[in-house]
Amino acid sequence: MTSVATARRRLALSRFWADFRRQRAGVVGLVILLVAVLLALVAPLFIDESVTSVVTGTGPKWAPPSLEYPFGTDESGRSILLMVWWGSRTSLLIGFLAALLSIVIGMVVGITAGHFRGWIGASLMRVTDWFLVLPSLVTAMVLAAILGGSTFTIIMAIGVTTWPTTARLIRAQTLAVEARPYIERSKALGAGHWHITTRHVLPNVAPLLLASTTLEVASAIVTESTLAFLGVSSNKTSWGTMLRGSYDWGAPTQGAWWYILIPGLAILAVVMAFMLAGRALEAVLNPQLRRAS
Amino acid sequence: MTAPLDAVEPAVQAAGSAEEPQARRGTLRYALSKAGGALFSIAMVIVGTFFVFRLLPGDPVRNLAQGRNMTPAQLDLERHRLGLDKPLIDQFFDFVGDTLRLDLGTSYEYKRPVLDLIGERLGPTLLLTGTGLVIAVSLGLWQGTHAGWRHGSRFDRFSTGASLVLWSVPTFWLGLLLMMVLGVGIGPIPGLFPFRGIESIDAPDGFAYVLDVASHMVLPCLTLVAVVYAQYLLVMRSSLLEEVSQDYVTVARAKGLRDDDVRKRHAVPNALLPTVTLVFMRIGFVVGGAVTVETIFTWPGLGQLFYEAVSVPDFTLMQGTFLLITVAVIVMNTLADVVYHMIDPRVRSA
Repeated sequence: MTSVATARRRLALSRFWADFRRQRAGVVGLVILLVAVLLALVAPLFIDESVTSVVTGTGPKWAPPSLEYPFGTDESGRSILLMVWWGSRTSLLIGFLAALLSIVIGMVVGITAGHFRGWIGASLMRVTDWFLVLPSLVTAMVLAAILGGSTFTIIMAIGVTTWPTTARLIRAQTLAVEARPYIERSKALGAGHWHITTRHVLPNVAPLLLASTTLEVASAIVTESTLAFLGVSSNKTSWGTMLRGSYDWGAPTQGAWWYILIPGLAILAVVMAFMLAGRALEAVLNPQLRRAS
Repeated sequence: MTAPLDAVEPAVQAAGSAEEPQARRGTLRYALSKAGGALFSIAMVIVGTFFVFRLLPGDPVRNLAQGRNMTPAQLDLERHRLGLDKPLIDQFFDFVGDTLRLDLGTSYEYKRPVLDLIGERLGPTLLLTGTGLVIAVSLGLWQGTHAGWRHGSRFDRFSTGASLVLWSVPTFWLGLLLMMVLGVGIGPIPGLFPFRGIESIDAPDGFAYVLDVASHMVLPCLTLVAVVYAQYLLVMRSSLLEEVSQDYVTVARAKGLRDDDVRKRHAVPNALLPTVTLVFMRIGFVVGGAVTVETIFTWPGLGQLFYEAVSVPDFTLMQGTFLLITVAVIVMNTLADVVYHMIDPRVRSA
C-alpha cells in the first residue's frame, strides 16, 4: 500500500519537475536563488565578519568603483562588495526563517480551521481575520522595538505579522480536499483527526505551501530590509542596515550612487528570483489542482 | 442557456422587485454585523496593545526615563504618577478608560499630549497619502484595464513586467534612488525637486506657498505611487481577464458594439467592483509605505511621528500612534466590506 503511494508520489514529482523546467523564468529564478544561497553559505571560507567592521576598513573613504574595490567603498572605507556578500547571510537567514515561521503558523491554523469546522474553526478564522487587517509593517516595528533588536526578535516580528494570508489559503484548500469522497471512506474505516490531517490533507496542500513559501521568503526579505532601514534591526550587517548606513551618512547628497545601488540591487535580484520561481510554481501547480478537484 | 431568454426575464424582474426592501434590510443587517465585528477587533487591539506594551523588558519607568539619572524617590514619584504602582488589573481598566476618552498620554520626547501631536501630523499625512492614492488608483486601474483588454500584447507584457519589478522593489530603496537622481541630481543633471520636509525654510505666502508644498510633495508622492500602483494594476488586469471570457461580453460584441464600448460600458464596470474594494482592503499596505516614505523625505506626517517614536524609543507616543493607525485601518476595511456588499448584487444574494 505504502509502496504504491510512494511510487505514485515519485511519478508525480518527476512530472512536476518536467512541468517546472518548461517555465523558463522560473528556472532562471531558481538558478539565481541557488547561486545566492551557495555564495552566502561559502562566504566564511573566504571572508569573515571583519569586513563589516568600521575599525578594519582600510580603503579610501567614498571611493567609487575601481579594480581594487569593484563596487566602491563606504564612509569608513569598507568594501561594498564584501559587505554585500557578508550581509547576504543575515538577509537570507532572516528571510528564510521568518518565512518558515509564517508558513508553519499559517499551515497549522489553516488546516485546523479547515478540519474542525465547528466553533474551533470559526474562532480561528476570527483571529486570522483580525491579524489580517493589522497593518503588518507597523505592527512588526512595534514588536521589534519592544522585544529589542536581535535576529530572533526580527524573525518573530515578521513571522507573527505575515501568516494570515497563508492560513486563509490553506484553509480553503483543506476544505476542498476534505470534500473529496476518499476522506469520507477514510473516516468510515476509522481514521482519526490526526491521520486525516497528516496523511490526506497535508500531502495535498504541500505543493501550495511550497509555492506560498517561495513568495513569502521574497516578502520577508523586503520586510527585513525595511525594518532594518527604519532602525529596528538585529545589529548585524544586512542589505537593509547597509542602506540605512548609506542614508545616515548622506550617500545621496555625496553622490555615492554605488553605496545605494549595490545593496538595493542585491535585494531586488534575490526577491525577483523568489518571485519568478514562486510564480512558476503556481503556474505549474494550478492546472494540477484544478484537475484534481 | 437552456430556457429562452424572454421567458426567464419577467420572472427575474418580478423576483427582483419583491426582494428589493428585503435586500435593503439585508444590507443594513450586514453593515451592523460588520460594524460589530470592527468594534470587537478594535477592542482586541486595545487589549493587545496594553499587554504587548507591558511585555517591555525591564522597569517601564526606567525605560521611559531613557537612562536619565533619577533618584529612587523620583522613580517612585514617577511610578505613582503613571499609576504603575497599582495592580495590573487596575492599570488595565485605567488604560482602557483613558483610551476610550482619547487620552493617549503624554509624549516623553515632546513633553506634550500624544493626541495634540497626532492632530498636528494628521494633515500632512492625509495630503500625501490621499494624493498618492488617487494617482495610484487612477493610473493602476487605467493601465490594468488596457493591459487586461489586450491580453498578451506588448503593452500587457511591459506593464506586468514593470509592476512585478516595482512589487519586488523595497519602497525605501526606490525613495533613495529618486532622491539621488531627481532630488540631488546626478552628474550633469541638476536636482529638480526638494527632498526634505514639506515646505522651504523661507516659505512664501499665498499661492506660491501651495506651489512650494506641491514641489516638496513630488518625490514622496512619486515613491508612494510607484510602489502602491503596481498591485492595483495587477488586480485590475486579472479581474478584467475574468470578465473578458463571460457570456455577456460575447453578447455585447455580437450586438455589433464597438470594442471601446464593450470595454467601457460592459466589462470595466463589472471588473471595477472587486478592484475598488481591494483598494480599501490593502490600506494597511499603503500605511506601511507611508511610514517609510515620510521617514526618507522627512515629511512631517503621522508615519514620521511613529518612526520617531520607535527610534527614540518613546513608548507612550508609539502606543498612541499605533492605536490610531490600526483603528483607522480597521475602520477602512469595514467600510470597504459594507460598500462592496451594497454595490455588488452578486454578493448580496449569496
